Amino acid sequence: MAERGALREGLRAYRLIAGMWVRSSMTYRTSFAVTVLGNLMVTGLDFVAILLMFSQVDTLGGWSLPEIALLYGLSATSFGIADLVLGSMDVLGGRMRDGSFDILLVRPAPVLAQVGADHFALRRLGRITQGALVLGWALLSADVDWTGAKVLLVPVMLVSGAAIFSALFVAGAAFQILAQDAAEVQNAFTYGGTTLLQYPPTVFGKDLVRGVTFMLPLAFVNWVPAAHVLGRPYPIGLPDWTAFASPLVAAACCALAGLAWRAGLRSYRSTGS
Amino acid sequence: MGSGRLYLAVAAGGFRRYATYRMATAAGVFTNTVFGVILVYTYLALWDERPHLGGYDQSQAVTYVWLGQCLYATLAIQGGGAEKDLMERIRTGEIAVDLYRPVDLQLWWLAGDMGRALFQMLGRGVIPFLFGALFFPMALPTGVTPWAGFVVALLLAAVVSFAIRYLAALSVFWLMDGMGVNQALMITGIFFSGMVLPLNAFPGPFGEIVRALPWAAQLQMPADVLMGETSPLTAFAFQAAWAVALLAAARMAQSAATRRVVVQGG
Repeated sequence: MAERGALREGLRAYRLIAGMWVRSSMTYRTSFAVTVLGNLMVTGLDFVAILLMFSQVDTLGGWSLPEIALLYGLSATSFGIADLVLGSMDVLGGRMRDGSFDILLVRPAPVLAQVGADHFALRRLGRITQGALVLGWALLSADVDWTGAKVLLVPVMLVSGAAIFSALFVAGAAFQILAQDAAEVQNAFTYGGTTLLQYPPTVFGKDLVRGVTFMLPLAFVNWVPAAHVLGRPYPIGLPDWTAFASPLVAAACCALAGLAWRAGLRSYRSTGS
Repeated sequence: MGSGRLYLAVAAGGFRRYATYRMATAAGVFTNTVFGVILVYTYLALWDERPHLGGYDQSQAVTYVWLGQCLYATLAIQGGGAEKDLMERIRTGEIAVDLYRPVDLQLWWLAGDMGRALFQMLGRGVIPFLFGALFFPMALPTGVTPWAGFVVALLLAAVVSFAIRYLAALSVFWLMDGMGVNQALMITGIFFSGMVLPLNAFPGPFGEIVRALPWAAQLQMPADVLMGETSPLTAFAFQAAWAVALLAAARMAQSAATRRVVVQGG
């Protein structure tokens, strides 16, 4: 019961703080529109790279362009959602260095909600839009033998993927409390993770695929469930039911990230400045 | 103090400033290594389908990836070097103080950025490159001459990189805000420097154009000089021509800005 109260309080605090940042960014509407457009273009470069590659070849790792576009669209959209919700986590290092993190600790609202909503940037809709456009095109042009289960799997992948990436952001933030100035380590996992998932698993070495299946279960964002949708063999010979395991994996990731965050907060030592 | 020694001191300052952030440097090494691994696998898959794409064999493509990771921060390919501070000083009006100093503004910022670049290469670039050389097949020359040519190409690349970013930063005199310019620097830098794909592999007339732009001087030229894919003198001439043209353009923009633009008050 207390847990639920804390969750509601956290969401309320998040909404209030995020709303404040949205209002402030809306003060200069043209500037806002330009930054959304810029965001869309910056994130779109990844897909342009893939298009450039396909101007030279017909398949990559045995996968066609629409199939890779499906992987790309799923990865970019779910990452975009996590980035919109929690993407400002990397300001945490700066806040600890200048001492303003201490202020968040004494406020009567959950710290995670405050940090998550800090510098909430609606311009990140650019990444989601770009990912969703590619995903839409991929769903229309990929050669899929649609069934009810496959149709259902697409939104499930997006939500589970967003949850897995969100857990990564939170775990990264917990690590930042320990390591202070290391926001970039987090980037390796978050941005690196979404880049990795934009290419088919057949491209990568077996050990790397094993690592992002069992150690850091990124494969459940898109590789495994998308293999079911496209009727392709699952990476590293996983059993059939694993295509539907993404929500479970996401829940486990979120629980672990929550524990890591609590441990991180407990170990926090203020700079005293 | 002789003016040569002055700019050397400024460069040393730039070096030391970035050397302060040890944890951030270590984190950067890790990130560049992770991205290098991801990119190497995708390139290997690509070169598997199309051997000799862009005139590279597989080991050359791998070398190109790790050079890119080595030079990413060194050449501030997506921005984030001296131009960030310059934009901020123009925006706040602190640039007025710089204009009164008895030093050459452009050389001052160039020296600082060179110090930054040297630190980023030693602190952040070398380790991912060595990691790549250790775990993936690379096409590295054994003689001294290609490496010497590479050092010269790298130096010229750093000057061209600075010149592009300096010219872009000066636009803040008119725009008052660097956000859009930074975004443009990021997009053009990543795309036209060949961070996403070697410029050699860009198809058709589009490829021809991209290879003639100044961004080609940053990653493509040093890589081709190192791997013996181009004659060093042609590469040097290309890089030097762009360096001179861009630095001269920035001189003109600078004098126009200081004559016409009213500096922001505090």
